[in-house]
Amino acid sequence: MIDTFNSGIRLVGHRTINAVWRLGAATRFMGIVLARSAMSFRRFQLTLDEIHFAGVLSLIIIIVSGTFVGLVLGLQGYETLKRYGSAEAVGTLVALALVRELGPVVAALLFASRAGSAMTAEIGIMKSTEQLSAMEMMAVDPFARVISPMFWGGFISMPLLAAIFSVMGIFGGYLITVVIIGVDSGAFWSQMQASVDFRGDVLNGIIKSIVFGAAVTSIALFEGYDAPPTAEGVSRAVTRTVVTSALAVLALDFVLTAFMFTGV
Amino acid sequence: MKRTTLDLWVGIFVTAGVVALFILALKVGNASNVSVSDGYKVIAEFDNIGGLKVRAPVKSAGVVVGRVEGIALDTRSFRANVIMRIDKHYPFPKDSSASILTAGLLGEQYVGMDGGGDEQNLNDGDRIKITQSAIVLEKVIGQFLYGKAAENNSGGGDKK
Repeated sequence: MIDTFNSGIRLVGHRTINAVWRLGAATRFMGIVLARSAMSFRRFQLTLDEIHFAGVLSLIIIIVSGTFVGLVLGLQGYETLKRYGSAEAVGTLVALALVRELGPVVAALLFASRAGSAMTAEIGIMKSTEQLSAMEMMAVDPFARVISPMFWGGFISMPLLAAIFSVMGIFGGYLITVVIIGVDSGAFWSQMQASVDFRGDVLNGIIKSIVFGAAVTSIALFEGYDAPPTAEGVSRAVTRTVVTSALAVLALDFVLTAFMFTGV
Repeated sequence: MKRTTLDLWVGIFVTAGVVALFILALKVGNASNVSVSDGYKVIAEFDNIGGLKVRAPVKSAGVVVGRVEGIALDTRSFRANVIMRIDKHYPFPKDSSASILTAGLLGEQYVGMDGGGDEQNLNDGDRIKITQSAIVLEKVIGQFLYGKAAENNSGGGDKK
């Protein structure tokens, strides 16, 4: 009885210390990544490669899901607003929902599962097959050669992807409400422009997507670097990347929203 | 340096992203709209501003001529001071009046300006003398009920 109690407490303590330990290691890891960035920028082609992988190849999923999210928002918003006789406000609804929340958040979730997981797997496998050690043996810094370019590739791609997601979503909303249902086009745009503020809404959305990009990419890279060098270890690390990124994005979203959209 | 197709794709991606940001800023948001930084400031005192907010539009005949820049309570008169910045392209006579109106039935509140007949125009920092406060629904209902009650009393008296 006391034994199980004891081991329970020990388990909790062990988990807590382990989590704090990993957090410290992750901070130091990110410090190294940032410190070696200057070196990696000297070969900017490496970062371009990563932008190609994280950004360009994510375009299809971002465009398609953005359009569909916009279609659904438009349809649902129209059905609800119609009852209050203000169907033209659907433009406002779609634009505000996308620019403030859905654009950055959904794009970050898609980005985490599409690009983040791949980054973790790549670094994890490079580590487990000792490619990272081999680089060090050849006096090539794996941080400058592999990890920093990945970080900056993700960091640059994510805000652009979120912006494309929002625009495609607004286009989807336009398509369903104006082209198909027949809401007045002028009212759709003018109501949207009247109530979407550049600084308050668009800029805050961009700030969100930058923060999410940095968070998702650093989680993915650290999980890969920290993965146990086994097949199982890498697969667990990939799972952890997706789960942790999703939780981090949603939690950060709440914190940022609380900062940005309270008060006048 | 050798150009690769990869560079082209990255270029297309970055261009698309930047274009998307511009669309968000100009088409969706109102960054292109009147940023009335170079306008003149006028102050209007209201008994009650209702739900007026900072950055609400100032309209005259339905045209946006400025924005509300600040709202403060004057603790001596207990009236609300509304500071508005009006585009310098729209001069208003000194005896113009300001009223707080509502767009639509449940829409947001804005300041409506009605031009007067004075030959002098409002200058930076001037006060608008004639104002009309926001209509507070509870007060209207209250007045209506009092009126009804008074009517009933007098009406009842007549019948007796």
